[in-house]
Amino acid sequence: MSIETQADLSAEMATIADDYAASVAAGEPVETGPRLDYPPYRSSLLRHPTKSLHHADPEEVELGAPAFGPTDVDPLEADLTIQHGGEPVGERMVVTGRVLDGDGRPVRHQLVEVWQANAAGRYVHKRDQHPAPVDPNFTGVGRCLTDGDGWYRFTTIKPGPYPWRNHRNAWRPAHVHFSLFGTEFTQRLVTQMYFPGDPLFDLDPIYQSIVDPAARDRLVATYDHSVTTHEWATGYRWDIVLTGSHRTVRESDVEHL
Amino acid sequence: MTSAAHPTHPAAPTPGQTVGPFFHYALPYAGDRDLVPPGAPGAIRLHGRVTDGAGTPVPDALLEIWQADPSGAVPRAEGSLHRDGFTFTGFGRASTDRRGVYSFSTLAPGPTRPGAAPFFAVTVFARGQLDRLFTRAYLPAGSPGVDATALDTDRLLASLPAERRATLVATADEQGYVFDVRLQGDDETVFLAFDGRRRSAGRD
Repeated sequence: MSIETQADLSAEMATIADDYAASVAAGEPVETGPRLDYPPYRSSLLRHPTKSLHHADPEEVELGAPAFGPTDVDPLEADLTIQHGGEPVGERMVVTGRVLDGDGRPVRHQLVEVWQANAAGRYVHKRDQHPAPVDPNFTGVGRCLTDGDGWYRFTTIKPGPYPWRNHRNAWRPAHVHFSLFGTEFTQRLVTQMYFPGDPLFDLDPIYQSIVDPAARDRLVATYDHSVTTHEWATGYRWDIVLTGSHRTVRESDVEHL
Repeated sequence: MTSAAHPTHPAAPTPGQTVGPFFHYALPYAGDRDLVPPGAPGAIRLHGRVTDGAGTPVPDALLEIWQADPSGAVPRAEGSLHRDGFTFTGFGRASTDRRGVYSFSTLAPGPTRPGAAPFFAVTVFARGQLDRLFTRAYLPAGSPGVDATALDTDRLLASLPAERRATLVATADEQGYVFDVRLQGDDETVFLAFDGRRRSAGRD
């Protein structure tokens, strides 16, 4: 296949965005997640289901979720800057926020996993061939449990953007991968957190696969000076909302459906 | 997954994104796929191949399973990340190898109520897959502990045409069960959307 340009990809993404805006204007529902079928992300072409997802009522197993606790996670795993002999290179930052369910209830004592590139945009992964330096003091993997009020908190380094091979001159906006469990198996979420004002947002097919602008904004952290600490680290706030749980359906939920 | 946002929903959900190509140094962990030690009493193997729309194996997929124990009880014990070899936590995680093959060592799930069809709840992640996919791997008819009419009376299976139903039922082999995942194609695996709120409102 000939190598496509960013202009080719941007035109494709713009067409999809225009079609979506027109459908919403015509009264079609607002979308809340990424499209599974989003052709500008070329790796998705053969990896998306072509049949509609089948609506199912969760069974008892799916109304539960694996439990994690002190057996599983050492509190030190939440600090990605202390895993080696020295300080990693880059902008030290704290990322914190609350994990809530769709009813606004905190998701307590549940596992949050993160992974990311280093400040130069390089992953500690044998398949990452980007010729940017590996940082011997930074692996880029962390875990924590949310506290009794649903808060998570990581200390890490701001990751850099990096090139990938979707098309010619394709660059991913800087991001941190997040993996979350809820109180139900049905709430399982793997996603990516981005940084405010990234100039690569409009060019990136993975970010743009969430065609609704308000929905993709929900993946962007907020710079929070109250999280920033004196002479130590900048601070970002990012809250995460899992899908609604099925256990308790209140009358107030039912009547306006 | 795309679904309609409800205007009065208290908080809109955070969208998913692909797990990407670089999860291997982060999500897998020692013992991730061994819910019980291989060879332990009652241990079975649940394994299979993940393929794309061209039938090509997917070497960078990740599967998670979550299941009842053999008595049908839903586990509540922690310890999935640091297994002690004795506690059954019900959760496992396995990345596919270069042949697209995954494998778990686990126990066969039991029915969570009399007559229910036991299954493994399965989540699939992969590079190129923009959000996680949910599915189920049912134990086939004739398996120990599976009631003769369990599969026929299961609500999900009964709601599917026969050829699609078959994609959710594992097949028995000498060590346990085989469950292949086909992301796309004529025999595409049935993937699930859980929207219990709406169905609870009486739209079944």
